[in-house]
Amino acid sequence: MAGRMAGRKRVEIEHIEGRGCVIRGDDIDTDRIIPARFMKVVTFDDMGLHLFEDARKAAKGKHPLDDESFAGAEILVVGRNFGCGSSREHAPQALMRFGFLAFVGESFAEIFAGNCTSLGLVCVALDEAEIEELRGSIELDPSQNIAIDVAAQTVTSRAGVMQGSIPDGTRGQLLEGRWDATAVLLEAGEAIERRADQLSYVRGY
Amino acid sequence: MSDQPKNLFDKVWEAHRVRELPGGQTQLFIGTHLVHEVTSPQAFAMLRELGLPVRFPKRTFATVDHIIPTDSQVRPFGDPLAEQMLSELERNCREGEITLFDPASGHQGIVHVIGPELGLTLPGSTIACGDSHTATHGAFGAIAIGIGTSQVRDVLASQCLALARPKVRRIEVSGALQPGVYAKDVILAIIRKLGVNGGVGYAYEYAGEAVEAMDMEERLTLCNMSIEGGARCGYVNPDEKTIDYLRGRKFVPTGEAFERAASEWRGVASDRGAEYDDVVTLDAIKIEPTITWGIHPGHNIGVGERIPTPAGASDEERAGVEEALEYMDLDPGAPIAGTPVDVAFIGSCTNGRISDLREAARVAKTGKVRDGVRAIVVPGSQAVARQAEEEGLDAVFRAAGFEWREPGCSMCLAMNPDKLIGREICASSSNRNFKGRQGSPTGRTLLMSPAMVAAAALAGRVVDVREVI
Ligand code: SF4
Repeated sequence: MAGRMAGRKRVEIEHIEGRGCVIRGDDIDTDRIIPARFMKVVTFDDMGLHLFEDARKAAKGKHPLDDESFAGAEILVVGRNFGCGSSREHAPQALMRFGFLAFVGESFAEIFAGNCTSLGLVCVALDEAEIEELRGSIELDPSQNIAIDVAAQTVTSRAGVMQGSIPDGTRGQLLEGRWDATAVLLEAGEAIERRADQLSYVRGY
Repeated sequence: MSDQPKNLFDKVWEAHRVRELPGGQTQLFIGTHLVHEVTSPQAFAMLRELGLPVRFPKRTFATVDHIIPTDSQVRPFGDPLAEQMLSELERNCREGEITLFDPASGHQGIVHVIGPELGLTLPGSTIACGDSHTATHGAFGAIAIGIGTSQVRDVLASQCLALARPKVRRIEVSGALQPGVYAKDVILAIIRKLGVNGGVGYAYEYAGEAVEAMDMEERLTLCNMSIEGGARCGYVNPDEKTIDYLRGRKFVPTGEAFERAASEWRGVASDRGAEYDDVVTLDAIKIEPTITWGIHPGHNIGVGERIPTPAGASDEERAGVEEALEYMDLDPGAPIAGTPVDVAFIGSCTNGRISDLREAARVAKTGKVRDGVRAIVVPGSQAVARQAEEEGLDAVFRAAGFEWREPGCSMCLAMNPDKLIGREICASSSNRNFKGRQGSPTGRTLLMSPAMVAAAALAGRVVDVREVI
């Protein structure tokens, strides 16, 4: 199974709406999102079961993911450099299979953000003060609806409309349904082989 | 053709561009695709679901490293999940007609160790691998990029990636390193200076006298941890050392073809006067043997320094420092030297090559592993292991009380039986000190050079390796 809309092609992603959940902290790495011992499997099917497992155990039921008021949230609010470290797609897969469709944070690690895009998950960056305001608002009223408009790059909540950012290329991929890159890349056809033939290390010196 | 000076990144990018994609991305041809057992099975499954073949099987090479046990590589592995992962890789390689360097091949090892040693890592090439330390291969002047599993599927299907072009930052390390200071210390110092996300959106070009003076293995260590600084790729311009290293390697052409290749490789280096989006300089002489004290690689200090206090941290960093100190349970304000260690791990794609083992063995020769310390040496590849055994390094390590293991990733990420237990503190030559990284959810990691790890193993605590060698 590939992305959030597996089996369908060219799905445009324009809006995400749902309830929010807040995980505080900066530099949360993918080892923490999904500890390596759960990667010893040949499918992603059960990834969602182990999301933040060690952090949740350490928090003894006090982790936001175990907080009833956040149950069923689809938008996760995070801090700076979220998803740093290992390139494991198991991390966004675990988040997706747990139920998250979008992430709002101060910044995202590059490979993590790329992996999200290839699954049709949205990462929106907001500045620090706005992240803090959004966190406060969600923690105060977890039942409220959070809306992300991909084209406008905005995050709307009871805290107001916040102008965020999604890199141009990514935004285009989401809006035009090109986030599942395989089909797009294959459209180049024979141009791929022509390029390969011009490279001496591929063709032979 | 303009003769405007170009940097290596521009040249390689242009040579591999297939077409521009809408939205500002480039479709880039990937010359070499390296595959391992953990991030590929789902990609092969997706490919099968789409009914697509592997487009360039001859440009795809696989090995097994993450899950492989290091006490014995005999099949079937003791862990049925590990056995299943290798079986799946074997099946995928068989069906996809992909070369697999398994233990029986004599070329098995950590994917970023075997690429260079087999001569698969070439100047001016593009390399992708479903592993964030792919930047390692940039040491040869390649654009080498770590990707996720969906992108592994993209490369299997099309031998291409859709990528936004990063900016290029040149990092010049001027002057010479002190004895006892290694490439590992340099990259940690760079990450300390620029931050763990300072490299987001950039490719790093490492340059300057200290980098030019490094041998190829040190350059691999340097490029390896680019990702820890947030940069998806990092590279060093190829020079005569690069060319000498490649001569005679398994996948490198011979005779006249080699000379043709070598002249191409020389031409791919950044031109004098090339432009960069940013330039940063560091002074090599100021770099000390460096150690991490916290929970990400930017949490590092020189061996002569004191563990930071929350009060001394900037407002932006304070919460992170507090969290790290709490997890590590180290004394804020105390010298890092003297911190007791329970485990010593020498290995990984950062520091599991022959020169790393030679440096560590030099230290190991001077004493015995302290009672109560568990010390293991895991060569990065079968070739490294053979070379080390030929030089008698295994005997040196064993005599000093280290365990000598079979090649693999081992305790770098503990997907095999090599793990920390409980709150153990590990002096480690690997690249990540994240919470739980070495297999125990509460385990602690101090990153340092292999020579420093060996010194810590003997002393049972963190010491300055310069006092030992
Ligand atoms: S040694 Fe560590 S960092 Fe390197 S490839 Fe293996 S697990 Fe990844």
